[in-house]
Amino acid sequence: MINPKIPNGPIENKWANYINNSKPINHANRSKYHIIIVGTGLAGASAAASLGELGFRVSSFCFQDSPRRAHSIAAQGGINAAKNYKNDGDSVWRLFYDTIKGGDFRAREANVYRLAQLSVKIIDHCVAQGVPFAREYGGLLDNRSFGGSLVSRTFYAKGQTGQQLLLGAYSALNRQISAGTVKSFPRTEMQDLIVVDGHAKGIVARNLITGELRAYTADAVVLATGGYSPAFYLSTNAIGCNVSATYRAYKKGAFFANPCYTQIHPTCIPQSGEHQSKLTLMSESLRNDGRVWVPLMHNDHRSAEQIPEQERDYYLERKYPSYGNLAPRDISSRAAKQVCDDGRGVGPGGKGVYLDFSNAIRRVGKSVISARYGNLFDMYIKITGENPYDKPMRIYPAVHYTMGGLWVDYDLMSTVPGLFVLGEANFSDHGANRLGASALMQGLADGYFVLPNTIAGYLNQIKPGLIKDNDLRITESVDTSREYIRRLMMIKGTKSPDYFHRELGKIMWNDCGMARTESSLRRALSEIPKIREAFWKDVNIPGSDMEFNQTLEKANRVADFLEFSELLCLDALKRNESCGGHFREEYQTIDGEAQRNDEEFCHVAAWEYKGLGNEPVRHQEQLKFENIHLAQRSYK
Amino acid sequence: MNLRNYTLKIWRQKDKFSPSYLDTIQVKDISPDMSLLEMLDVVNNHLITINKEPIAFESDCREGICGACSIVINGIPHGKERGTTACQLHMRHFEDGETITLEPWRAEAFIPIKDLVVDRTAFDRIQQAGGYISVNTGSAPDAHSMLIHKNAADEAFDAAACIGCGACVAACKNASAMLFVGAKISQLAHLPQGDPERKRRTNAMVMQMEKEGFGSCSNTLECEAVCPKEISTKVIAELNWEFIRSINN
Repeated sequence: MINPKIPNGPIENKWANYINNSKPINHANRSKYHIIIVGTGLAGASAAASLGELGFRVSSFCFQDSPRRAHSIAAQGGINAAKNYKNDGDSVWRLFYDTIKGGDFRAREANVYRLAQLSVKIIDHCVAQGVPFAREYGGLLDNRSFGGSLVSRTFYAKGQTGQQLLLGAYSALNRQISAGTVKSFPRTEMQDLIVVDGHAKGIVARNLITGELRAYTADAVVLATGGYSPAFYLSTNAIGCNVSATYRAYKKGAFFANPCYTQIHPTCIPQSGEHQSKLTLMSESLRNDGRVWVPLMHNDHRSAEQIPEQERDYYLERKYPSYGNLAPRDISSRAAKQVCDDGRGVGPGGKGVYLDFSNAIRRVGKSVISARYGNLFDMYIKITGENPYDKPMRIYPAVHYTMGGLWVDYDLMSTVPGLFVLGEANFSDHGANRLGASALMQGLADGYFVLPNTIAGYLNQIKPGLIKDNDLRITESVDTSREYIRRLMMIKGTKSPDYFHRELGKIMWNDCGMARTESSLRRALSEIPKIREAFWKDVNIPGSDMEFNQTLEKANRVADFLEFSELLCLDALKRNESCGGHFREEYQTIDGEAQRNDEEFCHVAAWEYKGLGNEPVRHQEQLKFENIHLAQRSYK
Repeated sequence: MNLRNYTLKIWRQKDKFSPSYLDTIQVKDISPDMSLLEMLDVVNNHLITINKEPIAFESDCREGICGACSIVINGIPHGKERGTTACQLHMRHFEDGETITLEPWRAEAFIPIKDLVVDRTAFDRIQQAGGYISVNTGSAPDAHSMLIHKNAADEAFDAAACIGCGACVAACKNASAMLFVGAKISQLAHLPQGDPERKRRTNAMVMQMEKEGFGSCSNTLECEAVCPKEISTKVIAELNWEFIRSINN
């Protein structure tokens, strides 16, 4: 059993007690501590800015050309906060309850309660930074509804809430860069975690323009490097999103928790062909006004407008009358898969369902719908060449977010002392399924409010500046990374990294996607090592490693996906239950819903690396539900 | 599906010290549903299999919001479709057999890195100079303690929609960054939170913009025409107004 170090006391007071009992670092001593933060999305940028404000010395790394391009930028719909500005019965408790239930009772109560408490302060801070949230005519902030909730608690900035929040965090980061507390390293990618005497003491990173590899030492390392959706090749994630930072930390002793919890988002634009490089999400907020349906008849090839009302199956409204089109993501995705598997899907290959706005347009008018979702409709038109004002959108589920991540305790520290993990890169708050508009909330809560209060607990125990750059143990880690890159360069095969990534993606989607079985997972586990072997024999990287080389960057990341995916499938195989985004066909209720097994699996699985080719060790953190009664999740 | 063929003329440049040239590449069997960048993926995958250097180009989100993609397509930054980034430009907009010329952003302040990739960190430095509101984490009052007129919030949002891609600079004959800087200034100038620092902010950002080597605006308005987020040149007028205010106390 691993210990999450949850503070004592009633859940409402845990965080306040924690802060009261903590010992901050004396202001005069803070600049003696150097902290490395990898990743500049919402979690990384907000952490770097906040630690800089406190007076720590911070180095901030990202592989993109600018911190502002981190993938948080693509979040569309919104950010939750328990403000109850709508007087519709919202509260910290209700947000806590919705998140635990939405995560299918596989998240840690204490962390989620803290998240719900902090949600309120996030909105205040972002408004103060100048984030242009949507407002009502009276000058107050507007809210909308998202899946898995009966109240309106989602704050938004049209369909680009992620970009606006990230620009806010980026501006705070810029302020600290200007003040000299934060040093920024764009286009610099982490290659490895440096662990000295069991403690995280820095990273090895590659300058992506010159190819130079070097060590950066620190007193603590923070990973805010996002999720691992591109293990499936096609996902809604950006092209550069990767698992390398967290996976390499895992290989250095950080436990990886619940890798099988992956979120398949129900409303994405269907794939149009083999060439496709990514899938595009259509925000969940569209389900506020759009109605999801398929034809009642099998293999109905009539166009949408030719199908009369009584021959349509609004299956979400039929199956989940109280939540309807706002059923949570895992449930909506599975329902879409079921109707498509039943032969009632629409569009090429029957891999799609309609998201229809005609009712809403009739009810409130085209201009109102355009004000709410205009930019999303435009994006749909650009990609598909079809106009959703005239005919329904076609949508299909796609991999979107990963709830699993490096295991962290209440302090957000991993099993490697001095290594902290924030945002999507950790596992702690969303259980087996994340509710819409909660990722932005978690990233910012972790970075602005949690880490700045928890990191002192660790820093108080160590002496700052113990390890120097020329320490033999540091130069050795640089040599190891250099050797790894040299091995990649030397393969000189015949295929591109994309080729192997795509092959991996097919296996992952077919055998470990929306529905998993013991036999499909065993098949994946036997196929993945074969692709990995082929990759190390036959990948080709033209050019040199001492220059700007995007093929090398890609190969470097694909190599990690080819190892990590095995862990993901293994975790899925060992979790003999269905919960949230992890659906094992063997474990379902008679009406096809996920069937949890609380007796045996009410725990976090945290994996310990034991060398490539050896089975990792599965540790457990027991989940205790002291405040919310464990129950079968129902949205009916 | 009717697949199409194209002739690509692509700017190649090994690094900032090397001369550039236009490389001609024939591509076959391209689906009209592919994006321009997916077409380049196909080309690159082929080049890698024959051990030739693939074309370096930038992209990340591939849904028009991160601002990474940056290609001048047939002489127009992001191509001829209005309000569209290169990653959202699909091949259905190109005729079968067409010759497509691809070049990087070209401006003194954007230093070449390789092929179609340039260094745009000048934009970061302009924002570091003052593009923020000085508020420390934890010090904010309740969000509803301040009423903001819906029109002001909407105008701030319209300016904030800038994705920092730099197409405005690439389109401008003076390589001016006034649309970009104007958008940043305008966003905060419309909001009461931005008011205390407005003069200092404008001054610092304009000074940094000059230092980076961006040119001045001579009102050709090409920037607005190519901006993938259709930011209005109204923000340039606002920038000028804010700048005059910032020096005349």
